Amino acid sequence: MSALRPDLAIIADHVAAGASVLDVGCGDGGLMAALRDTKQARPRGIEIDGTNVAAAVARGLSVVQGDADTDLADYPTDSFDYAILSQTLQTTRAPDRVLDELLRIGRRAFVSFPNFAHWRVRASLLWGGRMPVTKNLPEQWYDTPNIHHLTVDDFRAFLRARGITTEGAWFLNRGRRTSAAAANFRAEHAVFLLRR
Amino acid sequence: MTAAIVSASTAIDDSRFGLARTARLSGPLALDGGGSLAAIDIAYETYGTLAPDKSNAILICHALTGDQHVASAHPITGKPGWWSRMVGPGLPIDPDRHFIISTNVLGSCMGSSGPASLDPVTGLPYAMRFPVITIRDMVRAQALLLDHLGIARLEAVVGGSMGGMQALEWAATFPDRVEAVVGIATTARHSAQNIAFNEVGRQAIMADPNWRGGDYYATGQAPTAGLAVARMAAHITYLSEAGLTGKFGRRLQAREAKSFGFDADFQVESYLRHQGLAFTDRFDANSYLYITRAIDYFDLAEAHGGRLADAFRDTRTRFCIVSFDTDWLYPTPESRIIVHALNAAGAEASFVEISSPYGHDAFLLDTPELFRVVDGFLRAGESR
Repeated sequence: MSALRPDLAIIADHVAAGASVLDVGCGDGGLMAALRDTKQARPRGIEIDGTNVAAAVARGLSVVQGDADTDLADYPTDSFDYAILSQTLQTTRAPDRVLDELLRIGRRAFVSFPNFAHWRVRASLLWGGRMPVTKNLPEQWYDTPNIHHLTVDDFRAFLRARGITTEGAWFLNRGRRTSAAAANFRAEHAVFLLRR
Repeated sequence: MTAAIVSASTAIDDSRFGLARTARLSGPLALDGGGSLAAIDIAYETYGTLAPDKSNAILICHALTGDQHVASAHPITGKPGWWSRMVGPGLPIDPDRHFIISTNVLGSCMGSSGPASLDPVTGLPYAMRFPVITIRDMVRAQALLLDHLGIARLEAVVGGSMGGMQALEWAATFPDRVEAVVGIATTARHSAQNIAFNEVGRQAIMADPNWRGGDYYATGQAPTAGLAVARMAAHITYLSEAGLTGKFGRRLQAREAKSFGFDADFQVESYLRHQGLAFTDRFDANSYLYITRAIDYFDLAEAHGGRLADAFRDTRTRFCIVSFDTDWLYPTPESRIIVHALNAAGAEASFVEISSPYGHDAFLLDTPELFRVVDGFLRAGESR
């Protein structure tokens, strides 16, 4: 098995053994396979890209081709111990509604996203005057799937406003953990564990 | 791929197993339409060896005009089995691993009871006196066959098109007997457009003067013209516009210029005429009427209070649903309806839309992504 992306490794580390998990935007199922093999979890996935879905099903995973914006409504309330949304929030049309659905379907939710207030992004805008194209945000403005950029502080404010409980938060810079204190400036990625 | 590759069951001491079998199953088989059949014949084949714990049985369900010859040569056409790309050694459904059962559905004409069978009361072919049957009746007949074979549970039921309807019906009607369902290019209910196409086919058959209200068996003149037209109309729905354009375009058939007549000027006409005529060699017109009717009547939600999710309530069956992006007979939204219901029922489900130029027929053709998906899905169940 190839090494998990750092944000996925954090999620995999913190999922309880034997849990039921819905991975929304599961790609080719890397995290699901890790959860199944190392945590004896019962993972299911949703993924929008058919080639990824076929690859995931071919490795024996239960994945449904679908769209986080429209297809989460089908799932019954409290049907999973965890719902996971990794690097997908910023690509949804209605992130607030997707988060509501996530916390309805899962008793807990993991959410990871790229932080648009990372200093390198700020520098690109401030000094370059151009929409940032970085390793984590590699697409040009016209073809990026990231249509709802957000920052760590945006997300914290959103959680406060919605009364959502944060059970854990992890921040990553160049694949390594960084402190929560200056996360809005220093973290490229954030991972939150949430509860209604 | 030939029939020789796929050997008959090695349990040769049991005459129930092997190629070209027919079982007389004593009824009565109560039918959805209200009547019953006192006894039925089901023609079937088995491939591979039943495991000592009987855990490796896979039932394959065929489409409208398919049959039990899933991986053996067709006795009339001599062509390889209709799913010899899916079923065979080293393929996703593998006689070296699985005990494979393939039946001819009730109402068909390849050895199972249908309108061409003799009515024991009159000693004459049933013709239109055969009771109208449903997909669920077909499935109940298959369950009787499994009882006869001593198989309580299936590792999987696999089917495309009408075969997928049977697979879904298996999960709804016999949830404790099915561990996994693979439904390919299928639907949970026949749409108005689907019914309309079937009705065109039926009317073509019934408008053929040789049809004679269905009593043509003794005349030596079957309604082949009508059946051929039915097949031609249906065949269009199995292909895609892009596929037809790519294969034929507007090219002319063995001529330099248009004839300004009604010959088959265009290649596509010639192809369809050939498909229609060839079909009449191997299929009974009355069976075509009965099976298309069963398909029209199929609405899995209807039998469960109109809520499809209730057909799968508390199910422990795993599901794999596959659609093709160019299939306009059972397009992807039909599969999504099934998947939504499975999700609402909390079922363990996989679903993928595979890209293919071949339209509905993609499930029968060389579609490597389909084979990978089915292989991975079946193996995941076997490793539990």
